[in-house]
Amino acid sequence: MNPTRTSTGFSLARVGAMVLRYWYLLSNSWPRAVELIYWPTVQMLTWGFVQLYVAQNSSFFANAAGLFVGGLLLWDVLLRSQQGFAFAFLEELWSRNLGNLLMSPLRPSELIVSLMAISMIRLAIGMLPVTVLAIPLFGFNIWGLGLPLAVFFANLVIAGWSIGLVIIGILLRQGMGAEALAWSLMFLIMPITCVYYPVTTLPWIVQPVAWALPTTYVFEGMRAILIDRTFRIDLMATAFAMNAMWFAVAVFAFYRLLAAARRAGSLLQQGE
Amino acid sequence: MPAASEPDPRFAIEVRDLAKHFGDVLAVDGISFEVARGTVTGLLGGNGAGKTTTIGMLMGLILPDGGRITILGHDMPAERAVLLERMNFESPYVDMPHRLTVRQNLEVFGRLYRVANLRDRIAGLVADFDLTAFVDRKAGQLSAGQKTRVALAKALLNSPEVLLLDEPTASLDPDTADWVRGRLETYRATTGATILLASHNMPEVERLCDDVVILRRGRIEDRGAPEDLLRRYGRDTLEEVFLDVARGTRAENAETARPNHEEAEA
Repeated sequence: MNPTRTSTGFSLARVGAMVLRYWYLLSNSWPRAVELIYWPTVQMLTWGFVQLYVAQNSSFFANAAGLFVGGLLLWDVLLRSQQGFAFAFLEELWSRNLGNLLMSPLRPSELIVSLMAISMIRLAIGMLPVTVLAIPLFGFNIWGLGLPLAVFFANLVIAGWSIGLVIIGILLRQGMGAEALAWSLMFLIMPITCVYYPVTTLPWIVQPVAWALPTTYVFEGMRAILIDRTFRIDLMATAFAMNAMWFAVAVFAFYRLLAAARRAGSLLQQGE
Repeated sequence: MPAASEPDPRFAIEVRDLAKHFGDVLAVDGISFEVARGTVTGLLGGNGAGKTTTIGMLMGLILPDGGRITILGHDMPAERAVLLERMNFESPYVDMPHRLTVRQNLEVFGRLYRVANLRDRIAGLVADFDLTAFVDRKAGQLSAGQKTRVALAKALLNSPEVLLLDEPTASLDPDTADWVRGRLETYRATTGATILLASHNMPEVERLCDDVVILRRGRIEDRGAPEDLLRRYGRDTLEEVFLDVARGTRAENAETARPNHEEAEA
């Protein structure tokens, strides 16, 4: 009688259903897709021209082409992976659909994996055109970094997911009152993680905080390639180790916040 | 008879000493009730009586402070993941994604419930719920009545053995509400599903429900078949019974001895 296929474990089919839900949202609403490309493009143009101007007046920057644009593109990978993760979840709050999902067989682990997949889709749509555009406009080919780019990318995306996980945990517990975190939390990290300048530029008291962030090692690694033409494996190994720790902490925090939301009854009171 | 701690196969839902506090507020105060398989039970009560909290705990969205819930022989929330594949829920206070069409929504939820032969299932529900005219329209563009029909189609996608409904006909015109009640009667009759219905619409409860649980301030104030409640309270309608319970009043011809919950359950 019952046409449902029962399963006790993790289901890739349910992850696929959530990705399909998001794909339908994007394909039905072209302004959303345009917005994904719009901000990275505006940012890249702004920082690209700043870099051109500075390079014309500084031999240091002239010899380290791509320092700003490279920093910006990698920063956008971090920012968009976090926002893609958190915004896909916010879509469920905005459309008052969260109750349907939480009362469906969708497991929290499946929700997390689907948000990761959606964040990658958003990242690809937003970043691919911009990285290609940077080649003719500013002579900076981030794809020319090769293997280091893949390592940078993996580290930044995992860091973005970790922050996104904590944000959606807080959204589950606190509701839409915490929405601003999804937009703004990364910008608190931006000056500390040293996107455009070395860690030594920071006041000495802040430097340990910067080194506690895996993303700082990525931006330092990028500068090592562009300035010293050296790929610092030690920096990347540390970044991966710190990412593994922070991701585990984020998963733990998410499940704790979800349990707290279940105890407090806040899952039934989602809204403003 | 099964032992007290064993699930009773006659019941789809068994609730024992269920309790929930929110801070200093006692939302549900140690309630116990059962819902027999294949029946429709109404959960009545004024605002703040504990209906939504009870449904939230039955769906595993809210963790109880005490007590036990058994659904289809499984413990909720411990076996929530398995149970939710055999249950479903509908409420006008929960929407479906506005920018997806009706067909896309049904496809996504069908995949979430891993419904076999999904295309055929959706085609059947579109026909049953008369959705053809707007199946390719975005959900956010539908009228309240159309949204309710779509939400009910979603709630029946997995042919749930247990269906929880939170005011399913709220804000519907009488014609559409009557149509929805007819669909629920047909679904129960053809599948033998168990339905728990929270409602403020007393004619709806009289029409659909085999049994009624009346909550007040987090406690079960009374329960029984609608006709038994009418007789005991000496009233002609459940609305009058509801008002008696809410206000603590009694009709002159009401039976003097109101049975306690154990007697009502028996």
